[in-house]
Amino acid sequence: MARFKKEGSKELPAISTSSMPDIIFLMLCFFMMTTSTREVTLKVRIKAPEATEVQKLEKKALVSYIYIGPPTQTKLGTESRIQLNDSFRTIGDIAEFIFTEREARNEVDRQMLTTSLKVDKEVKMGVVTDVKQELRNVGAFKINYSTRKRAPKSNG
Amino acid sequence: MARKIPEINAGSMADIAFLLLIFWLVTTTMDTDTGIVRRLPPPPDPNTKPPDIKERNVFNVLVNKNDRLMVEGRVGDIRTLRAETKEFLSNPANKEDLPEKRLENIPGLGQFQVSKGIISLKNDRGTSYDMYIQVQNELTAAINELRDELSKQKFGVKFSDLSDKSAIDAIQKAIPVSISEAEPENIGGK
Repeated sequence: MARFKKEGSKELPAISTSSMPDIIFLMLCFFMMTTSTREVTLKVRIKAPEATEVQKLEKKALVSYIYIGPPTQTKLGTESRIQLNDSFRTIGDIAEFIFTEREARNEVDRQMLTTSLKVDKEVKMGVVTDVKQELRNVGAFKINYSTRKRAPKSNG
Repeated sequence: MARKIPEINAGSMADIAFLLLIFWLVTTTMDTDTGIVRRLPPPPDPNTKPPDIKERNVFNVLVNKNDRLMVEGRVGDIRTLRAETKEFLSNPANKEDLPEKRLENIPGLGQFQVSKGIISLKNDRGTSYDMYIQVQNELTAAINELRDELSKQKFGVKFSDLSDKSAIDAIQKAIPVSISEAEPENIGGK
């Protein structure tokens, strides 16, 4: 039969917390490595439209982005421009952009490549249609219209 | 005389590191991209004729450069578009002017009446992107609602809550996303 031991003489030694900072630093490093921050500085203003039926885009590594919107620098006018990577481009550059995006992925993933169109809500469809036609021509069929989630109640 | 330097207390180190960690977590925006996913059709083959589709099987949605809607030849409204699309795709009363259905054997559902209806969406070059997305959203919502209803009826849960792969496939087959975007035309000018 066990008895309560007398306190004092056989107290458990406190767990050493001296390695705690190291563990936390490891965690910090892990987070820093895994979270990928996108390195694109937007040169066009993008205020995405809102919709209720949005889906999450999975596998961020397999998404390439096309930005369309009016330039943020007002001296460049208000005409909608296309931004690929870090610079303004034209419709003709999209094919090449898609090819380089494909080259950067491995063979298996190329079919899964999605093009996400990040378009400002005030852009006219003309530019978007041109981009879509260009994407069709190069065979990038999977697209995503980037939209923000809106609460389903406020409709219209 | 060698005086011993007292050891620096490292007990608060963990707290400092935690603060760093929290700062990092707060500042990195995990911006998950959300959106409406679509599949573009392959470019049209000039040698093959487009398939003949009966008028009753096509649901025409036009958006002009002033963001006004025309649905099936009448002036439409974005607020009623969803209900109209649902009625078109489900055709509950088997009306003459709404799309035909063909009986298909879908594993998991058995014999199912799949609608032959196709939504044809046509926009102008001058249509605003916002309006276009709103229309796309309403059409998607109509399909999603139909899928939810069918899924509730057959499997007891909403479509988005289905986890069984074969059940998802069955529903997707029974109610396909049949939105066709017409070849672009320049009607209203820029």
